[in-house]
Amino acid sequence: MIEINNVSKQYGTFHVLTDCSTKVAKGEVVVVCGPSGSGKSTLIKTINGLEPINKGDIRVNGTSVCSPKTNLSQLRSKVGMVFQNFELFPHLSIIENLTIAQIKVLGRKRNEAGDKGRKYLDRVGLKDQAAKYPAQLSGGQQQRAAIARALCMDPICMLFDEPTSALDPEMVNEVLDVMVQLAREGTTMMCVTHEMGFARKVADRVIFMDAGRIIEDTSKAEFFGNIEGRTDRAKQFLSRILQH
Amino acid sequence: MFKNYSWDWGVFLQPVSTGEPTNYLGWLLAGLYNTVVLALSASLIAFAVGVVMGVLRTTPNRWLAALGTTYVGIFRNIPVIVQLFAWYFVLPELLPDNVGTWFKQLPASTQMMTSAVLCLGLYMGARVCELIRSGIETLPKGQRSAALALGLTLPQAYRYVLLPVAFRVAIPPLTSEMINVFKNSAVASTIGLLELSAQAQQLVDYTAHPYESFAVATAVYILINVIVVLIMRQVEVSVRLPGYIGGK
Repeated sequence: MIEINNVSKQYGTFHVLTDCSTKVAKGEVVVVCGPSGSGKSTLIKTINGLEPINKGDIRVNGTSVCSPKTNLSQLRSKVGMVFQNFELFPHLSIIENLTIAQIKVLGRKRNEAGDKGRKYLDRVGLKDQAAKYPAQLSGGQQQRAAIARALCMDPICMLFDEPTSALDPEMVNEVLDVMVQLAREGTTMMCVTHEMGFARKVADRVIFMDAGRIIEDTSKAEFFGNIEGRTDRAKQFLSRILQH
Repeated sequence: MFKNYSWDWGVFLQPVSTGEPTNYLGWLLAGLYNTVVLALSASLIAFAVGVVMGVLRTTPNRWLAALGTTYVGIFRNIPVIVQLFAWYFVLPELLPDNVGTWFKQLPASTQMMTSAVLCLGLYMGARVCELIRSGIETLPKGQRSAALALGLTLPQAYRYVLLPVAFRVAIPPLTSEMINVFKNSAVASTIGLLELSAQAQQLVDYTAHPYESFAVATAVYILINVIVVLIMRQVEVSVRLPGYIGGK
């Protein structure tokens, strides 16, 4: 589904990503973790071309993201993305947030888009909030609406960029619950997160990054079950975040 | 104060001494008409040009951004009176002969109005450009990313996501610019356009009642700008977003 081959990216002489390669198969849930500044957010944004790369190639469902011939907008419309700061559009009501791209990008009729929007709002538990504006919702509600907005486009895979990092602790679980549910339904997901509980629960694989490199790319069982087999950097990271 | 000055507010109703079938108030109203036509036409140009240039300055394409920056650099940094002289006295000479001749055969007032509208419109356009640019740049960078990630093209992202919010952010400073257009329109009197301030000056020459004349002109400018403020405030309230910038 997603193939990342020898991807490198640099700003001037600073290497944000160095020779990163990995794959995400259909239906697979991959969690990307690592210290801040390790390049994990940048890596996930290269998949739909929000971050251009200097070297390597990325393919989504066989289509190259980096080729100038690719219709990037069309490709992006099939890849759902959820951002750290929700990024709902403040001038549109929740239901309009969910329908705007369906109408303008997919060419759906307004009522068809509305039906789809309400269906997904119901699924994330926000049926009653359709007419409200983003600023009237809590952070957790906004992020669930943002997930619903991405799902409305019938994406072939979902990318999550630290979806719970900007949330109050009380609201983290309501968002994670939605994500767990998606994972269990077989959604292909790549997820940058520090929520190791989520990783343990639903991840198939865990990628660990440091200083722009993929240091570990291994099964969940191996990553959490065999701490001794981990690289020193991953061990250090795990010991710091798992002691809570 | 004004010890030896004989006030006469009735002067406005006296017929003008040139023999035209009007009174001095009629002259002021004719000036007001020119001021309003000039300022509104210039505002339209300023808004259209300002939005286009403001958008260009925020696009990822550096050539387009440079085009916007150059525009602002030229039109914002030259005194508006110098620009006006350039539009009115220099440009017609630089045009191809037939166009230049055609322009110079238009009625004088049309020539002056055209030059003044273009001058003020493009000058204010540079200022509007900066307001729109800062409005767009105020938005979180993720808004653009989120719009693009949904598959919207860059023009669609501007049209449906970035500009509607940037406009709302820019309304208060745009109100100030709208007021500035009306005030700056007085500069057109320097090329002979008989707008409000020029008519007030003319009244002084004909009636020798400078205080009444400029008192009324000043009151009219204030009245216009109060109306502008009230209209813009209405606009601001009607597009207010619940829970966001100024909304409840």
